[in-house]
Amino acid sequence: MTDFLHQLDPISLLSITLITATPLTLAALGGMMCERSGVVNIALEGIMLTGAFIGYGVAFFTHNLWIGVAAAVASGMLIASLHAVLSISFLVDQIVSGMVINILAVGITGVFYRTYLESATTAGPGTLPHWDIPVLSSIPVVGPILFENQFVTYAMLILIFVVHFVLFRTVWGLRTRACGEHPRAAETAGINVYFVRYVNVIASGALAGLGGAYFSLQQIGNFLPNMTGGRGFIALAAMIFGKWTPLGAFAASLLFSGSDQIGSRMQSVFHVGVPLQFLGMLPYVLTIIVVAGAMGRAIAPAAVGRPYKKGS
Amino acid sequence: MIRTALRWAVTAVLIPLVSVLSGFLVGALAILAAGADPTQAYLALFQGAFTNHNALAETLLSSTPYVFLGLALALGFRAGLFNIGAEGQFYIGSLSGVFIAYSIHGLPAVIEVPLALLAGMLGGAFYAGIAGALKARFGAHEVITTIMLNYVSFLIASYLVDTPGLMLAPNVSTPRTPDADPGAVLPIILSGSRLHLGFILALLTVPVVWFLIERTTIGFRLRAVGFNQGAARTAGISVSWTIVLTMALSGALAGLAGIVQVLGVDIHMTDTVAAGYGFDAIAVALLARSNPWGVLPAALLFGALHNGASFMQLQTQVSSDLISIVQASVIIFVAAPSIVGWLFRLRRASGETVRITQREVDAPVS
Amino acid sequence: MDLAVDWGQVHALLGENGAGKSTLMNVVYGLVRPDAGEIEFDGRQVQIRSPLDAIRLGIGMVHQHFMLIPPLTVAENIVLGNEVAKYGVVDLDEASLKVESLSRRFGLQVNPRERISDLSVGVQQRVEILKALYRGARLLILDEPTAVLTPQEIRGLFDVVHALVAEGKAVIFITHKLAEVMEIANTITVMRRGQVVATTTPSEATPADLARMMVGRPVLLRVEKKPATPGRGVLAVDDIVVLDDRHHVAVDHVSLDVRAGEIVGVAGVEGNGQNELVEAIMGLRPIRSGHVRVEGADLSHTTTHQRLRSGLGLIPPDRHRMGVILELSVADNLVLDDYDHAPFARWLVRQFDAIRSYAQKLVKTFDIRVQTPEQPAGSLSGGNQQKVVVARELGTLPKLLIAGQPTRGVDVGSIEFIQRQLVGERDRGLAVLLVSSELDEVLSLSDRVAVMYRGRVVAVLDARDADRERIGLLMAGAA
Repeated sequence: MTDFLHQLDPISLLSITLITATPLTLAALGGMMCERSGVVNIALEGIMLTGAFIGYGVAFFTHNLWIGVAAAVASGMLIASLHAVLSISFLVDQIVSGMVINILAVGITGVFYRTYLESATTAGPGTLPHWDIPVLSSIPVVGPILFENQFVTYAMLILIFVVHFVLFRTVWGLRTRACGEHPRAAETAGINVYFVRYVNVIASGALAGLGGAYFSLQQIGNFLPNMTGGRGFIALAAMIFGKWTPLGAFAASLLFSGSDQIGSRMQSVFHVGVPLQFLGMLPYVLTIIVVAGAMGRAIAPAAVGRPYKKGS
Repeated sequence: MIRTALRWAVTAVLIPLVSVLSGFLVGALAILAAGADPTQAYLALFQGAFTNHNALAETLLSSTPYVFLGLALALGFRAGLFNIGAEGQFYIGSLSGVFIAYSIHGLPAVIEVPLALLAGMLGGAFYAGIAGALKARFGAHEVITTIMLNYVSFLIASYLVDTPGLMLAPNVSTPRTPDADPGAVLPIILSGSRLHLGFILALLTVPVVWFLIERTTIGFRLRAVGFNQGAARTAGISVSWTIVLTMALSGALAGLAGIVQVLGVDIHMTDTVAAGYGFDAIAVALLARSNPWGVLPAALLFGALHNGASFMQLQTQVSSDLISIVQASVIIFVAAPSIVGWLFRLRRASGETVRITQREVDAPVS
Repeated sequence: MDLAVDWGQVHALLGENGAGKSTLMNVVYGLVRPDAGEIEFDGRQVQIRSPLDAIRLGIGMVHQHFMLIPPLTVAENIVLGNEVAKYGVVDLDEASLKVESLSRRFGLQVNPRERISDLSVGVQQRVEILKALYRGARLLILDEPTAVLTPQEIRGLFDVVHALVAEGKAVIFITHKLAEVMEIANTITVMRRGQVVATTTPSEATPADLARMMVGRPVLLRVEKKPATPGRGVLAVDDIVVLDDRHHVAVDHVSLDVRAGEIVGVAGVEGNGQNELVEAIMGLRPIRSGHVRVEGADLSHTTTHQRLRSGLGLIPPDRHRMGVILELSVADNLVLDDYDHAPFARWLVRQFDAIRSYAQKLVKTFDIRVQTPEQPAGSLSGGNQQKVVVARELGTLPKLLIAGQPTRGVDVGSIEFIQRQLVGERDRGLAVLLVSSELDEVLSLSDRVAVMYRGRVVAVLDARDADRERIGLLMAGAA
């Protein structure tokens, strides 16, 4: 039994699960703020990719990881504001607008990667440092998992609670939820629905952009085209599975990344004869099952996906 | 009479035209930012697409899958469905089609080709039907399920093609399927080029899809559901079946795109998949405003872009990903005519919701 | 456009559907911008550019379709936009206290911590009024407030209105119901087609006068009909139980029958299971237990399509979501039930000649105002759209027609037409199940009246024995 546990290495498993859940959670948090105010955001993938790219690019040229992280967040906000303008002010279908951002992100990162970064010969800026928090990191089991991480992961952990608090306890959160459930009612109460939605969409860009920074600045220390690999869409599923709540999204993200990890462990630990590809399918199939089973239709913010015209 | 003709001219021709031009404008800006000369880049693009040796034939060749895929997406849009999974259906269709193509031997082409095509269509239809069923039964939004199924399809293709005993050809240096039987290969129609019969097939499919949408009862129920699910249901139309049927038809077209590509160009399938067809298809369908006839010029445009982009990359070092930027910009301008109007000070836009997908407005997305 | 309202008064704004009453008040509340003209409030000229401006001036509005957010609580809804907060954090306890004191002051009983989705419609309306009062409304605009209330609840509302006016506040009461106007108003302004046509008082004008002003010509207030001669039974609803969207029992062991040549009206405040009953009969909602039989055949587990072909017809209560597809042509809408059958289609291919001639026939018979049947249904007025629905259903020669809110949102001329059609068909042997929240309509058209309350049929009366008072009590669950 202990031999099995040793082979499975649960602490390392949990630790890696938490770390790989970071971009999922951040993107899911972003998607949630957005959808709670009534705007669908399937551009999370594109925003993360842009954040990863710009973050890395800026860090590369300034030789400063922190400026890179800030740039990732800023670029996320910028590109999210395009989504906001298109879907809120120009009343473009929100799905179309989101897909456009995704396509644009692939294009922009591809073109400028090739021009400026692909053939770069100088060394990159490295990755974000590990910060071990004294005292807390010596707690058995939990310590190494939670308190020996890099910046983006710490930020994620804090943001979960921040978003929860903002959404459910503050004036801003109340108004956001009102705009997502019944924008006309919010308007008659004197709330500027456009403004609330704009801010939430841009905030979602900030969160997703930070999630993008995970890939290039925390995990690898480099940028590869399409490095987000569909994670933005899995984050959407996590958001649905988590019933549009921060803690739920976090739990769902852990589930997704955990299944991914267990899949690869199974291969090496148990020498299970399942072909590699099928294990690779696990997160995607899980997402499908979640989206089908979670009955997202019943509990989404009621007015999500519908463009709102003042006075309509 | 004149007024309606004028209005048609504006919405069907002028707006897409201006959108395309605006898209190229944005592309030019991106080229500048990438440190290259837009005129040089676009010149190379044009040469690569049209004037180089065999370029035109290659462009028509590149357009072929876009016609099928554009029709697939347009069909879905008319019913209010966003079939982003066209890419996955493309590959599954290729797999099922190529399997038939290399498994049957000795029959005349007039039997082998349709059989292989049919297999491709059925594969794509089945794969799309999964997403359709999930949506019909569980309300699972097809955007997420089809994107996930896309990734799954890549892995399925990789598994089938890499594994000995399945679809891996014996004694090959790189993993691939066996070649299609010569009787199943689509003949070249322009000697000296790679342009094959599939292009003609694509041209013929357009009026077929048009007829389906506008003249048949299937098309009618598809449009009814796309406009107003509640009213369709009240009139006795089964929305669930319509969703599944539409996805299946859309998937069949996507699968057809895949098998035609195999039978006309590659003759076999490899384990690597070139992503990007799916996004392009969306752009084609949007530019065509979900009109089957509009898919032709839109597909030609994107075929030209694709073909020219590699030459452009060769000549000017501007990455071929640039066309994604052009595409995205074109979509933006198509999807928001009011932007075009605002930019060019045309008639004041009314601020009407642009119903690209004509989805049931009440159904929440996620 | 001229309207003058005084403090301490109830001013009724009367007009039929589409006359412009709501739009005018939306301008006053800042939801719509006027193209010309000015607004004076308390003697000063003001600009009202948004609800925020209106609220600041002391104008409150209770809309016809409530502006409440179901998942949030009463307190949250009331303070929204004017939240009680410290450093951005909402203080719900303080908010609840404030709500409770307001509620006591005006006699509007509510529980601040309950969720809106758990409240009845009458209580929701109280929340809406409290919302306006919380923001210090001195002028309260009520848009069709009695549409969703039982006669007893309407009394309660009138009491509240009197209390508000006694405090010196002004109330604008938008309605299309003449009887209410006569009872509650101090001043009446009648609107027609976006214009004020008259300003008068209940002492100077009779209901007939008002009706004439509303429409511009003498109006028949009651439908002429001969007594019914019912034949064999057509519809038999047998002890059915139907669940609503949240899996609660909406139809609770209901049995009902309708015979050929009679109109059975279902009276009741909307939301007591009528919609679910209609959907269950038509196959749009599953039946948990019990049976639906048409001429003896058990249709309980058939599809909507099959039921339509078995002789059922439905005029759906919600025209836009269930009745007409605005983007399709009038002709397409007219064949919507039968588009895939001969003569309208042969082997999957649609036969446009047959469709066109059928459509032309119906357009003529039902006096649908169109230039050509090919024009989109969305270009028609509400009344004509409803006539399309009626034409479509009657055109299939059904044995049973379920008419759900058949004259809602329809101009008076079309109302008359549709009601005469229903009576006419009934005389020709059609069985009609009429479901309407307009009590007057039910009483004037029906031969027998069933009353629904909380999912049960609490009484079935002969039309002769049905009087408003008694029905009202039954609708409210009393008596």
